[in-house]
Amino acid sequence: MTMHAELGINRTGISTSPALTQDMLAGREEFPPDVAGDERNIALFRAESVQQWNEPLGSVPPPTTVKGMVKSGVTALKGESPVLLIDKLGARLAFERTGVRLYEALLSKFDATGGFDAGPTRVELEGILEDEFNHFSLLKEALTQLGADPTVMTPSADLQATIGAGAMHVIVEPRTNFAQCLEAAVTIELVDNESWDALTALADQSGQRELATRFKAALVQETMHLLHVRRWLANSQGITRSDATT
Amino acid sequence: MSIDLLNDRGTPLDQQKFTWKELVQPTYSKLDDDAFTRVRVILMNGIESDQLRFSHACSRMNRVLQRDLARLRRVEQHQQTLINWLNPADQSVLETTIGFEQVAIEVTAALALKEPDPYLAQVYRFGLLEDFDHMYRYGALMDRVEGKDPNNLLQSYTDVLPGRPTSLQHRHPDDEIRNHYDRESANLRTKLHAYTLVAAEFQTHDYYMTVGPTYFDPIGRQLYAEIASIEEQHVTQYESIIDAGETWLEKLLLSQAMEVYNYYSCVQSERNPRIKAIWERFLDYELGHVRYVADLFENHEHRDAASVLDTKLTETIDFVSHREFVRDVLRKETQLTASGPNFIPMAEEPKNGPSQRYREQLNSEGEATERVAAGYEWAPGTELARKRPAATPVQPNLHA
Repeated sequence: MTMHAELGINRTGISTSPALTQDMLAGREEFPPDVAGDERNIALFRAESVQQWNEPLGSVPPPTTVKGMVKSGVTALKGESPVLLIDKLGARLAFERTGVRLYEALLSKFDATGGFDAGPTRVELEGILEDEFNHFSLLKEALTQLGADPTVMTPSADLQATIGAGAMHVIVEPRTNFAQCLEAAVTIELVDNESWDALTALADQSGQRELATRFKAALVQETMHLLHVRRWLANSQGITRSDATT
Repeated sequence: MSIDLLNDRGTPLDQQKFTWKELVQPTYSKLDDDAFTRVRVILMNGIESDQLRFSHACSRMNRVLQRDLARLRRVEQHQQTLINWLNPADQSVLETTIGFEQVAIEVTAALALKEPDPYLAQVYRFGLLEDFDHMYRYGALMDRVEGKDPNNLLQSYTDVLPGRPTSLQHRHPDDEIRNHYDRESANLRTKLHAYTLVAAEFQTHDYYMTVGPTYFDPIGRQLYAEIASIEEQHVTQYESIIDAGETWLEKLLLSQAMEVYNYYSCVQSERNPRIKAIWERFLDYELGHVRYVADLFENHEHRDAASVLDTKLTETIDFVSHREFVRDVLRKETQLTASGPNFIPMAEEPKNGPSQRYREQLNSEGEATERVAAGYEWAPGTELARKRPAATPVQPNLHA
């Protein structure tokens, strides 16, 4: 498998069949739209649906036990909402757990295709996988400390899983090459960096200083992941990025 | 070339075997393969799924056949798996939907052109214009919700234009029952056409019912719901043209012959050599099934299978663009509706009749098919290649 798409007989564009396309276009005049309007009808329908449904994705459950809640000090959480912190901790936990599986899949692709010059070594990929697992474990511990159930899929966890689903699809698809998989991985790392940054600030504002310190260390590792993946991706395309590590 | 249904023996049932690796093999390419390869895969998945559907119904009603049907069905189930898993994972639910409608348009047109019974040919043209309109609505959905060009899938073979508006297709169930062919006098080809279409439409209905709720945008969820309802009407229509006087085993025999007809058509037209080899293999399997069922038929009914399968297959389904034929039908028959088994101009539909009341009730709070495609005109590279998005009708001055 090559690192880049090659010339071939892609049939999706109109240049494959110019005569058929002309015939197709000729029909527009004879058979015009049956209803007047434009895509704003869809926008209106969406707005109506938001009002009609008036339901969230789901909720954050209360702490598992009152005892656990008191012991953990969750009632003493400062800031806007302790629920928000639990929701976002749940999101990071789920994302990191999926991240472990995602890097396992990336390693499979690496083993199958052999990587490329100036790309990652297997050990480097294993290192990121290890970090993802450690972050998952850290979040599990944090949620338990706060009296929350670390097995819950919180609304933010569900949201980020939906956002990230495409990246996993690309990596496990047998026909994608390693460079294409790095393109998927970089989107995951971007989301992860942004989210760890926000989570660290949220923990800090919630009075969870010790957690915030540990999260900051995780964020430093995530920043390195992003820099590495960006560099490998750039190298796979033969381009130089000023913000990539050397 | 022709196929002798009873004398071309094919692969005996007990030699029809698979491995998991064979069942889940590399897919076709959404980008590089010809659109009709996708059409054939979607069609044949529908054909196989109907074998399972019918076989289970038959089993429930015929204890004596259960073991034989179970043996046959196991192979059919694996055939369906192998075929359906040829669809690539990078083909989204909506992209596959565009494929389903391309099947409905091009295969129905092909059969309408070859149907010897003029009434049934009209039934097919009637259904064709409705599926044609579904393509337009789904095309608008793809363009306007996902910013993608439906013609990436269609490859310019099939139009994206309004047909008989879907909002007018909703009819009372009584107006979906058509006249049926006569099992004694009907041409075998007529029977194979009817069996093919009921299978294809049934699978289309099942697919929309499965994937519709997975669509995120509410307009898409409602669109799938509305079109699925029409597909149910179509199943009812096509089912009703089949003579209900056929015995269970006669129907089973015709079902197997219909599969031969379809695989034979696929073999004749497939350009992807790897996929063609699958069609060839399954053509041999189906000939084996015909033989297997013919033996059952002769043993249980004490009739010669040749009394049902009385001719060789010489004709095949033409997997080609039927643009001119479809447009001709559009010009002449868009304004038709159904009144019982008959087709009448929409203007003559009884005022306050069952279909009109049914439609008014369903559409009384608006319908997605009109909303999604309001003013929609397909253009190469999507609507946005021709005009600005409606939300920003005036060129903004970004530097002001």
